Amino acid sequence: MSNTGQTGSVYDVAIVGAGVVGTAIARELSRRGLHIALIDKADDVGTGTSKANTAILHTGFDATPGTLESALVRRGHELLSGFAAAAGIPVEPVGALLVAWDEEQRDALPALQDKAVANGYGRTRILDAAALYRLEPHLGSGAVAALEVPDECIICPWTTTLAYAQEALAVGVDLLLKTRLHAVTPGHPHLLATSDGELRADHLVNAAGLWSDEIDRLMGHDLFTVTPRRGELIVYDKAARALIGHILLPVPTSRGKGVLVAPTVYGNVLLGPTAEDVTDKTDTRSSAAGLELLQDKGKQILPGLRDEEVTAVYAGLRAATEHADYQLRAHPEQRYVCVGGIRSTGLTASMAIAEHVTTLLMGAGLRAPARADVPPPRMPNIGEAYARPYQSSALIACDPEYGTIVCHCERVSRGEIRDALSGPLAALTLDGVRRRTRAMNGRCQGFYCGAAVRTMCGAAQEQQYRPRSVGDGARP
Amino acid sequence: MLVIGAGPSGLAAAAALARSGVGRVEVLERESEPGGIPRHSHHTGYGLRDLHRVMTGPRYACHYAERAAAAGARVRLAVTATDWAGPLTFDTTSATGLEQIAAKAVILATGARERPRSARLVPGSRPEGVFTTGLLQQAVYLHQRSVGRRAVIVGAEHVSFSAAVTLQHAGVDVVAMVTDLPHQQSYQAFRIGAALRYRFPVLTSAHITELLGRPRLTGVRIRHDDGRTAVIDADTVVFTGDWIPDNELSRRAGLDMDPGTRGPAVDTRLGTSTPGLFAAGNLVHPVQMADAVALEGGHVARSVMRWLAGERSPVRTPVVVEGPVRWIAPNRVDAAGPQPAGGRFVLWPRWFVTRPRVLVCQDARSLYEGRLRHTLVPNRPAFLPAGWLREVDPAGGSVSVVVSGNSGTVSTPNR
Repeated sequence: MSNTGQTGSVYDVAIVGAGVVGTAIARELSRRGLHIALIDKADDVGTGTSKANTAILHTGFDATPGTLESALVRRGHELLSGFAAAAGIPVEPVGALLVAWDEEQRDALPALQDKAVANGYGRTRILDAAALYRLEPHLGSGAVAALEVPDECIICPWTTTLAYAQEALAVGVDLLLKTRLHAVTPGHPHLLATSDGELRADHLVNAAGLWSDEIDRLMGHDLFTVTPRRGELIVYDKAARALIGHILLPVPTSRGKGVLVAPTVYGNVLLGPTAEDVTDKTDTRSSAAGLELLQDKGKQILPGLRDEEVTAVYAGLRAATEHADYQLRAHPEQRYVCVGGIRSTGLTASMAIAEHVTTLLMGAGLRAPARADVPPPRMPNIGEAYARPYQSSALIACDPEYGTIVCHCERVSRGEIRDALSGPLAALTLDGVRRRTRAMNGRCQGFYCGAAVRTMCGAAQEQQYRPRSVGDGARP
Repeated sequence: MLVIGAGPSGLAAAAALARSGVGRVEVLERESEPGGIPRHSHHTGYGLRDLHRVMTGPRYACHYAERAAAAGARVRLAVTATDWAGPLTFDTTSATGLEQIAAKAVILATGARERPRSARLVPGSRPEGVFTTGLLQQAVYLHQRSVGRRAVIVGAEHVSFSAAVTLQHAGVDVVAMVTDLPHQQSYQAFRIGAALRYRFPVLTSAHITELLGRPRLTGVRIRHDDGRTAVIDADTVVFTGDWIPDNELSRRAGLDMDPGTRGPAVDTRLGTSTPGLFAAGNLVHPVQMADAVALEGGHVARSVMRWLAGERSPVRTPVVVEGPVRWIAPNRVDAAGPQPAGGRFVLWPRWFVTRPRVLVCQDARSLYEGRLRHTLVPNRPAFLPAGWLREVDPAGGSVSVVVSGNSGTVSTPNR
């Protein structure tokens, strides 16, 4: 499905990077009669930072007031909340508690409350220990107070990216996957040399996440450097979900936001992230030290986790830079917008970033008519807060494939896996099926269903594994 | 009567219940074929103690499915009990829709699975080529999928050698078997058979510390207890053993759970803390061989029949273990109860113990003292005679089972 379009055609805008930010921009620019290309080197949308994060829809209460990030997170929370409700993206308004474990942290809470107000968020509340333990009876002992942030939500990051992409694709955005950008010859139009041929575009948007600094340099700038910050996370089994109600955040220190414990929309509990600067932009390995640190933190915050099984371990890379704020700026003379250094708040801010980028592109001469207001696509629900296909007699009556459960741990039906493997945004890989359906993401990690799902995937022309000679892989 | 799970214990229990004519017996199986794990375990060795002949896993699975059907039990396939709608009532999903199914008595026989790489917290990349034995066997035998070229097997217990057989069948070279224990733990006959046919080193006292490579596995890093480290080139790694019961329904029922087995706590009738709800098979003792599990089916069926006839067990005294034993099953007792299945309790050793002695006591009163017949070998059941059951004081505290012996070097575990 990926080719660089008809010979001679010139895109109005080419967006580099199909993560949550790139797809949001593609969606925002669609329905305006523009010819848009969205290119990514990976075989699916949302395979970088967008797939491996803490999956929180932030209020922005703890942003640095006055920054672009603060403004876009606040606006993004509002926009994505509305979009998610319309598109059926799983969101649960569980709220967050910033837990103070000593007097010093307790003393920091009023300042955090003031900061929230400065960020335009006035609904925080300071709780004493008794009120805190009433809300979270399984919390470890020793907490002295908490700041309640009732509007922090948990969200499905995979469905969000897929929904943006699906809406964009439905109105003719060209999604060019497995297409790596090698070089840009700035001009009018720009010439983009890619692994899949050359394409031309009047305007260029750099939403390349971890690689945004490198794309920026291709355009002749040297304004920031991305240092991947690795965050390891542990996902606990669904039996642990009963241990918490809220997102439990630490009081931020100079060393970062620290380790949180949060429910997930899939009914699990998430513990993490660690924060470690690495040099390799693909180094998503977990480490013995990181996992040990997380378990120690987990024991303190929620001792009950000790007795629960671990379902999954993963690591994500955040696009940290040497600057405090997003590296989002327009170069109108180049008809180029750089959307770099979007860190952990990118999911929340994605739709606001897209709005902002559109304004910047118009400032650089893009003629973009107003967007036709059409309801978003309705996404398959993979969240626990709403009915899943296996719970719907109406759906099963229409199509019995939704009543045949293949992945038992996550209760994913054959019909859902089939759907994930078809359509304009079909999964091309096993990981793509996981992100669309949750299949194989459960406690058994494929002990029961892995072979069956691989076979369904293979039947849908999954790339077969071609063995390489052993030993030619990179050694760390 | 409702049985959840059509593995050896569920099918054997259903067959025994149906034969007794106590009423309608139905088995719900979420997979599309009956038989449980033997279904995809193609090597021979099944049926030794229960059927007094040996056969392959799939043949064994068929045998029990046919036996249950012949006895009049209805085995419903591709039906998932998704949750509880009442104490003995399930919400189910199948291709025909949603259905609530209620029963007078329920046997949970949901089995056990191997802990995957993530649950073992093995660091490293997340490449393709990482298996459990269950995934491997289904990929090879049920789906005829190619696996890889060079494999490392993690674990050196019975199922690990079963994985070796599967890998060889799939044309994969086994380059090493790695166990963190000082010796392999399989039955000697099986191990020697495997060692003669396949030549691979068993690396003992060694841990997997990292998986390497992406998108495909390129190697595993290991560390020996003496501090040496090495990287083994491999494109496939199979995590074997380290069993955990598939206990979701049990936990969602709010059953009293045993911290050792992580399955429901059961008495010698195989009754759980909910009246009329029984549990059998590897859900309550992860894991025993299929033949022992199938023999237990008849035991739980008799308990269900006595329950239907009005027998109740008001007292459930916990049995606790410590030291070299990870768990005991059954783990609740009462003096009025029957002998456990096979007339003995199952112990699951943590480490090797030669010349093991066992002391069973309640409130400092000795109920039994004696020698166990065999060296304790981890990942392999040991058995405790149950003659002391009548001595348990219903008004007393928990019963403790203490095993002692020599935990030093063990030459060759035998049996």
